[in-house]
Amino acid sequence: MTTGHDTRLDSFNDTGLDPFNTKGGRPEDPDMTATDQRADEPVLDPAAREGAELPTERTVIFDVEELNVYYGDFRAVRDASLKVHKNEITAFIGPSGCGKTTLLRCFNRMNDLIETARVTGSLRYHGVDLYHPKVDSVEVRRQIGMVFQKPNPFPKSIWANVAYGPRVAGLAKKGPAMDDIVENSLRKAALWDEVKDRLDENALGLSGGQQQRLCIARAIATDPDVLLMDEPCSALDPIATTRIEELMHGLKDDYSIVIVTHNMQQAARVSDRTAFFSVEVNPESDTRTGILVEYDSTQKMFSNPADERTENYVTGRFG
Amino acid sequence: MALTTIGTAARQGATAFTRQRRDFAGGLFKAVILLSLIVSLAVLAVLIVDTVADGWAQLSTRAWDFLNGSLRSRSIDDKLGVKQGLYGSLWIGIIVAASAFPVGVGAAVYLEEYAPKSRWSSIIELVIRNLAGVPSVVYGLLGLFLFVERSTIFGFLGLGWLADATGGRSVLSAGLTLAVLVLPIVIITAQEAVRAVPTGLKEGAYGLGATKSEMVRTQILPYAAPGILTGTLLAMSRAIGEAAPLILVGAISGGLTRNPDVWDTSGLREKFTALPIIIVEWVSERGRDPGFATAAAAAIVVLLVLVLLMNMTAILLRNRFEKKRG
Ligand SMILES: Nc1ncnc2c1ncn2[C@@H]1O[C@H](COP(=O)(O)OP(=O)(O)O)[C@@H](O)[C@H]1O
Ligand SMILES: [Mg+2]
Repeated sequence: MTTGHDTRLDSFNDTGLDPFNTKGGRPEDPDMTATDQRADEPVLDPAAREGAELPTERTVIFDVEELNVYYGDFRAVRDASLKVHKNEITAFIGPSGCGKTTLLRCFNRMNDLIETARVTGSLRYHGVDLYHPKVDSVEVRRQIGMVFQKPNPFPKSIWANVAYGPRVAGLAKKGPAMDDIVENSLRKAALWDEVKDRLDENALGLSGGQQQRLCIARAIATDPDVLLMDEPCSALDPIATTRIEELMHGLKDDYSIVIVTHNMQQAARVSDRTAFFSVEVNPESDTRTGILVEYDSTQKMFSNPADERTENYVTGRFG
Repeated sequence: MALTTIGTAARQGATAFTRQRRDFAGGLFKAVILLSLIVSLAVLAVLIVDTVADGWAQLSTRAWDFLNGSLRSRSIDDKLGVKQGLYGSLWIGIIVAASAFPVGVGAAVYLEEYAPKSRWSSIIELVIRNLAGVPSVVYGLLGLFLFVERSTIFGFLGLGWLADATGGRSVLSAGLTLAVLVLPIVIITAQEAVRAVPTGLKEGAYGLGATKSEMVRTQILPYAAPGILTGTLLAMSRAIGEAAPLILVGAISGGLTRNPDVWDTSGLREKFTALPIIIVEWVSERGRDPGFATAAAAAIVVLLVLVLLMNMTAILLRNRFEKKRG
């Protein structure tokens, strides 16, 4: 249960120290990498890793317990509990309106921007309570990057888009150091070859798929620990989608990824673990609350789910 | 087989797409709109042509002297002209822009991005909207008490120094008064521009670890700049055309001893006049001296050109910023 739990950060938290106020410093622990015992690379196709159990002792990045999210009086997510592991891709699937986006946006405190949003329960990141009053949401977002549903490049040059994060974080200024960050980020996002000759051009001139990869490069540039992706391919064509899926698979070595998708095949193709959410209609108030139905390895979720509702959903028998 | 059937059906059914009913209401609506557009444009054209024709005697023979001349008691005076009014109006425009712009943008950004949405903030927004509709004379009175005279109320509020700083009945007082007058308009247009910034851009910046002020500086202001600028310049041209508040803050139409050059800032704290005031004065003088009717028309043309130039600047600036925005 407490695998990879970083006790050092726990004590940080208890003493009220804010682990996010050290610029660019990520709560790195030498033991953390030691606990990360990945036997072999999980393969893209879940069928191919039939029988290959995910190592359960892998470092826990996010530990969510009994999390509730409200918009005003409306409860959008109820009692969600799950653990997100290091260097894995975790997928959130489920029908529209079941609170996938809402939950994902708790992971980097993006919900703070919505005035009515309120969170109860516990959400620990490397053991640190993310909603602790001393935790600075700006620092959280520097370590936990986000890619949005609709590609949202800034109306600036490609270079300036990628340099944005490092610049506000004070990682580098204009110059060779920044140029390196920009190049590396674009390479990691598999976009460098396509844009290296036109870094000064406006990013809005790129295609939708390129824009989304630029947004991934932009998120990588701040050197985050985790990437949160909210249906990153929903606005893209199948070819662009495939490119992003391949890209995610490569990124897994360096980052932990949480992806929301309404595309079950996508979850099956890219993720190591899958969480299935559903809605529960409250007959009195006629409101729909999102609940976490089942969370397990993707291979199990798609071949032999424990819950009937999961089975109905993944086999397409769900309305 | 099936395909051919569909094909023939479609060919035979082509008549189904020809117009069956006429859209009378739509046609009537179009006609009414077009008519009112033509009428209003025609009225405007007649007014402009008439004014230019009336002022032609001045503009065609001595345009430069007219621009450089000053207020005179007789219309045939060859030193008659609008330079003092031009000086006043131009500086009023500059003061309005320089003070209403930063305050207006600051207020708009605060209201849209920082102020918590509460009953208070909606009351404040309502008040701003209503202030935009308050008659300009009322602002004139406010300016008189706030910037011109050392009134008891504002002295009590600790603002008595304002009247000393402006020099009383001066261009500075007039500019600040008109700045207060257009401030609600500037705030409202800036608010709309700020609200139009796509959520995706804001979230993108926040998602990369930008603080709120970084987000405002790097996303909101550049994106909203064209709208904010247009609003400010339109407000500026409105301010330049106002006459009533200027009368209250003491613009005069006679007894001006000086005729300062455009960039001579020493005139800002002195007695002043402005184009609308000169126009009013000359129109009222035309019974005594019919030549002033021509002079008034020429002054109107000068004012129109000034306003037109400002609006053109607004459009050019907006286009430039919009191009930058991509
Ligand atoms: N800003 C908001 N204010 C109020 N309700 C919201 C807001 N965002 C989402 N919701 C509601 O929360 C529920 C979950 O939404 P969301 O997390 O977007 O679902 P999903 O991403 O799974 O489609 C929905 O009922 C939605 O209407
Ligand atoms: Mg969603």
